[in-house]
Amino acid sequence: MAGIVVIAEALNGTLNEVSLELLSKGRELATSLGQPLIAVLAGEGLDALAPPLQSADRVVLLDDPALGKFTPDAHEQAIAAVIAPMEPRLVMIGNTTAGMDLAAGLAARLHWPLAAYCTGVRMEASDLIGVAQLYGGKLFAEVELGSQSVIISVIPGSFPAVAPGGTGVIERAAVPAGKSRTRFKELIALEAADVDIKKAQALVSVGRGIGGPENLDIVQDLARAIGAEVAASRPVVDSGWLPKARQVGKSGLTVKPKLYFAVGISGAPEHLQGMKDAEFIVAVNTDAAAPIFEVAHLGIVADALEFVPALTERVRAGA
Amino acid sequence: MNLLVPLKLVPDLVEELTLNEAGTDLDRDALIYKLNEFDDQALEEALVLKETTGATVTAIALDAPEIDQVLFTALAKGADRAVKVTGDFEPGIDNHTAAQVLAGAVRGQQVDLVLCGVQAPDDLDGQLGVLLAGALGWPHVSVVSGIEPDSAAGVVRCHQEYAGGSMALLETELPAVLGVQAARQPPRYAAVSTIRKVMKEKQLEEVAATPGEVVASKLQVRRLFKPESRAHARMLEGDVTRQVEDLVAALNERGVLKVGV
Amino acid sequence: MADATRPIFEHLPDWMVVMFYVLVIVSTGLFLFGWAIRLRKYLRGRAIRLERVPARIVSAARDLYASRTIGHRDRFAGTSHALILWGFTALFVGTVILSFDYDILRRLFNGYSFYKGTFYLGYKLTLDILGLGMLAGLILMAIRRRWFRLFRLDYRRVDSRPEAPRRLYRIGDWVFVGWLFVLGFTGFLLEGLRIAADHPSSAGFSPVGSVFASGLQLVGLQNQAGAIHTGLWAFHAAIALAFVAYIPYSKAVHIVASGVNLIFRDRFAASRLPAPGDQVVAGTLGDLTWKQLIALDACTKCGRCHEVCPARASGAPLSPRDLVLDLREYADRMIGLRTPVTDRLAAGMPDELVPRLAGHVIPPETLWACTTCMACVEACPVGIEHVPMIVGMRQTLVEAGQMDANLQTALQNLAKHGNSFGTSPRMRGRWTQGLSAPIKDARKGPVEYLWFVGDFASYDPRLQEVSRATARVFQALGLDFGILYDAERNAGNDVRRVGEEGLYEMLREQNTTALATCEFAAIVTTDPHSYNTLKKEYTNNGTAYRVLHYTELLAQLLEGGRLTFNHPLSQRVTYHDPCYLGRYNGVYEAPRALIRATGAELVDMPRCRANALCCGAGGGRIWMADTPGQERPSEQRIKEALTLADVGTFVVACPKDVTMYAAAAKALGVEERMQVKELVELVEMAV
Repeated sequence: MAGIVVIAEALNGTLNEVSLELLSKGRELATSLGQPLIAVLAGEGLDALAPPLQSADRVVLLDDPALGKFTPDAHEQAIAAVIAPMEPRLVMIGNTTAGMDLAAGLAARLHWPLAAYCTGVRMEASDLIGVAQLYGGKLFAEVELGSQSVIISVIPGSFPAVAPGGTGVIERAAVPAGKSRTRFKELIALEAADVDIKKAQALVSVGRGIGGPENLDIVQDLARAIGAEVAASRPVVDSGWLPKARQVGKSGLTVKPKLYFAVGISGAPEHLQGMKDAEFIVAVNTDAAAPIFEVAHLGIVADALEFVPALTERVRAGA
Repeated sequence: MNLLVPLKLVPDLVEELTLNEAGTDLDRDALIYKLNEFDDQALEEALVLKETTGATVTAIALDAPEIDQVLFTALAKGADRAVKVTGDFEPGIDNHTAAQVLAGAVRGQQVDLVLCGVQAPDDLDGQLGVLLAGALGWPHVSVVSGIEPDSAAGVVRCHQEYAGGSMALLETELPAVLGVQAARQPPRYAAVSTIRKVMKEKQLEEVAATPGEVVASKLQVRRLFKPESRAHARMLEGDVTRQVEDLVAALNERGVLKVGV
Repeated sequence: MADATRPIFEHLPDWMVVMFYVLVIVSTGLFLFGWAIRLRKYLRGRAIRLERVPARIVSAARDLYASRTIGHRDRFAGTSHALILWGFTALFVGTVILSFDYDILRRLFNGYSFYKGTFYLGYKLTLDILGLGMLAGLILMAIRRRWFRLFRLDYRRVDSRPEAPRRLYRIGDWVFVGWLFVLGFTGFLLEGLRIAADHPSSAGFSPVGSVFASGLQLVGLQNQAGAIHTGLWAFHAAIALAFVAYIPYSKAVHIVASGVNLIFRDRFAASRLPAPGDQVVAGTLGDLTWKQLIALDACTKCGRCHEVCPARASGAPLSPRDLVLDLREYADRMIGLRTPVTDRLAAGMPDELVPRLAGHVIPPETLWACTTCMACVEACPVGIEHVPMIVGMRQTLVEAGQMDANLQTALQNLAKHGNSFGTSPRMRGRWTQGLSAPIKDARKGPVEYLWFVGDFASYDPRLQEVSRATARVFQALGLDFGILYDAERNAGNDVRRVGEEGLYEMLREQNTTALATCEFAAIVTTDPHSYNTLKKEYTNNGTAYRVLHYTELLAQLLEGGRLTFNHPLSQRVTYHDPCYLGRYNGVYEAPRALIRATGAELVDMPRCRANALCCGAGGGRIWMADTPGQERPSEQRIKEALTLADVGTFVVACPKDVTMYAAAAKALGVEERMQVKELVELVEMAV
């Protein structure tokens, strides 16, 4: 047998976006290989979650009360049991929390190689090539994945998502009776009131370039529109416009969000020290020579008071 | 309760990473190594558990240049034992091999719980902790914090953290391997004078790697390459409307923002 | 007049004389007991080596009697104290002479006495005048304390320890001043009574006594003089003897302790911290040296350190005065004489010997607030050295890993990369790439000047341009100089003062190893912090390196005519003395000479030279987070500069100062009005 297997993920009753991203890449590979694309989803009460995965040729459901909540042990046992006999060419898993356990766990159980942190995978003639992000994004590795069954874990956002739905066959696989050595106790939701800008995925950070505290509203509007938290540079906090808990930089917090939006921040080294490792940095400043543009990925020379509201409006219109 | 913390050196990312001639690996001679940050978190969590529960903490590492310093630092911070697994390990050893060597060493020790760093910047072939659990046949949980061992019940409870801030309380039978995301407090500082004192007063235990069948990662790195330069931002030109459109497009492309176009 | 003298114990019944001698024994006993307890305390301190003791005594006595330290920046206190000191000394010496003559000479040598004739008259006159001076000094001090409302005499605390026991200090101050005054006053009264009763021919040599006698006559007491004399004499004798007994238990202890402390003060306190081996680690009480224990007793609570401390001024919970007093109170409670008074003063302190002073007696936030600017040490009139004690206590905090998170990161970076930025050591010389002419690698060939660049000047993007300006100036002058490139490490000055002694030693080893491979005539630095440790704390096989700050080097070249300015500047500027250049190393003139030579008009700030306010970055503070809600010293300093008319340039001679003051000017929103410039930038403009 052969095929491309996508391990879909639905932790709390909702399908993770990365599953659809994997299906789109999976389809591309399956087509060029002339092999089937198989989605595997483990959980409980999966009837409603299967249809969005039907762009795969087969959707294999491991539907069992024992898999209702994610535990690495139970999920690995069940998934290993169903994919081992398939001997797929490639297994794709999202590099999420669960994916980290599953990818390496399955690799260890099945003795299949694993390439982690992939941002790309492609066919070159008959060779399967993965591209993995290493060393904090400083380097990428092009890896020959070999001709045996191989697993890759893929960083979310690497591929566009496929449209949900399709005509694939939904089947239920037997879940082998086994004892999980790891048990789920309870789910702990995020405490609503606490702001921890270190944990925020996106930050809109303001500097003195926005003029005065009366202009904070426009920044807060943008943050709300893109689902970010508001952070600040030292002068802003010093001036008492925002609390210390939101200060980024040497004397504040070091943050590494996926998106860092620097508004009116010129980029003192003390500030850069606290945010230079953000994955993607966008800077808006009136001064084209501001040092912030040296660490930013995207730079916009504009008046923040003009640009930010325009962006907010655009985001709201498009959402 | 015996806690084991595997420590691993990884290339220091503040250095410019240069490649070997073939372009398939880093120029290992030019590298400066440091302790994997997450391993430091795992060590800290173990040391906190030592203080709160009386557990013993053993730091373990495969032999490598400068590893002595790392192990002595662990002792200076309060680890009870430091074990160096000796053998002929090539620099940049893959995690499959490292996991199997460590598993061999772990079998010779009384270990209830292994605390690993959840990941390292160079685990191309999977995270060490999970692979180690696989080699030992032990259960594992990754991305954890708030570890509470209950040796009477033979279990450990921990929080597994998910994207977006929610987490699950999981209970795992011992022995087990946990991939630590963050300790409950920042890793402590070991004063240089304390480390120097420890170097004079204490010894590292050495254990030879058990020869055995090692299944390597089977991955073949064809080339390493650098992503586009970060030296200067790509400047978005035009009027504000144009800049907004370009920015939205770039954010979409990057996947950090989903906005309909 | 040749036989002029006065009978001792005149007009007194025998039993009173006997009683007097009994009381002498009692008071001497109490005096000795008090000192024995103090001595026992000092002897529990760690031993340190002493050198040049006679010379030290001479220099301390000179400073003391010339009021050099007490009158420093406080003429009023200096003069008043000098009056008291000279008067007290004269009366004390006079009493000793009299006792020697009466109790020893006359008894042993068949009534021989020199207490007569010219000697007696000179003695009388001297004591009379100096005694009056003492009374005047006491009155001036009392007026100052009561009506001047001096901030430095305000005992309010800046931390959270209880305030109430401080009342005891105020009572103690007044008891001390009042007691001395009553003592002096009754002495003169007695003399006046004697003159009024006896009308001796020598009365003219007791002008003050004569005035008192006239006063007595005026109020009509001359007839009862003899009777009053007996009662008053008894009172005077009693309080005099009680005063002797009181000395070792009170503020008066400073009469001895401060003097001794001045003798043993260290000229290099703070700037050259003790070498490892005879390391001063103020970890526990037992780690304090006897000298430090004496220093604690030497404090008179004059509050000068409290007033000048930049940490205190910015609202941090550090007052050098209270640090000393707290340590003293704890030491007295644990190893001194424990009394209800010492117990009340030490309220809230541990009642046992604690494993660490830091955290138990002195709060960590107090210790971390110190910028090691040395203003306290410089201001202290009795030679107390606060900074080494603070550094010693910090060492124990570092060992316990108790520190600010940013500081921890900085130390880890320093250990790993040799710089606090956490950047690769290989990038250290990267800033030179913007230069048109390369800088020599001092490791590859001999140079005249080895430029030790320092962390901030090498890595901070804003300061790299300043470093390039320095290089261009050196190159334009045709200097033969080179740098260490990636072999240079942070010199460790502030690492040491943070209390990370092990890391300091490591950095020093790395630097001296690198320096050993180079051939050079002198080291030149841009950073005053590196300058201090390289000059004072580094040795090349036992001998000190020759180290120059670049301002010293340029000033030399200016004097030699090699540096000339062709484009004179015209603006009015002010200059900020960096702590580690000024107070630590006395370099005040070189930068000023340079500024004037550029044509700029130099206007000093009110606080300048040894009295300059710290920027707040020293002693590792630059690596620690600011405490919100406090006004930074750097901002206060910029405000100080803003008070100078038409001054729009704030000149500094320290890379860290550029960072600190540029940020301060920005935070105050005055970056247009007050431009922060490195001195070398002025030089480059004017050359």
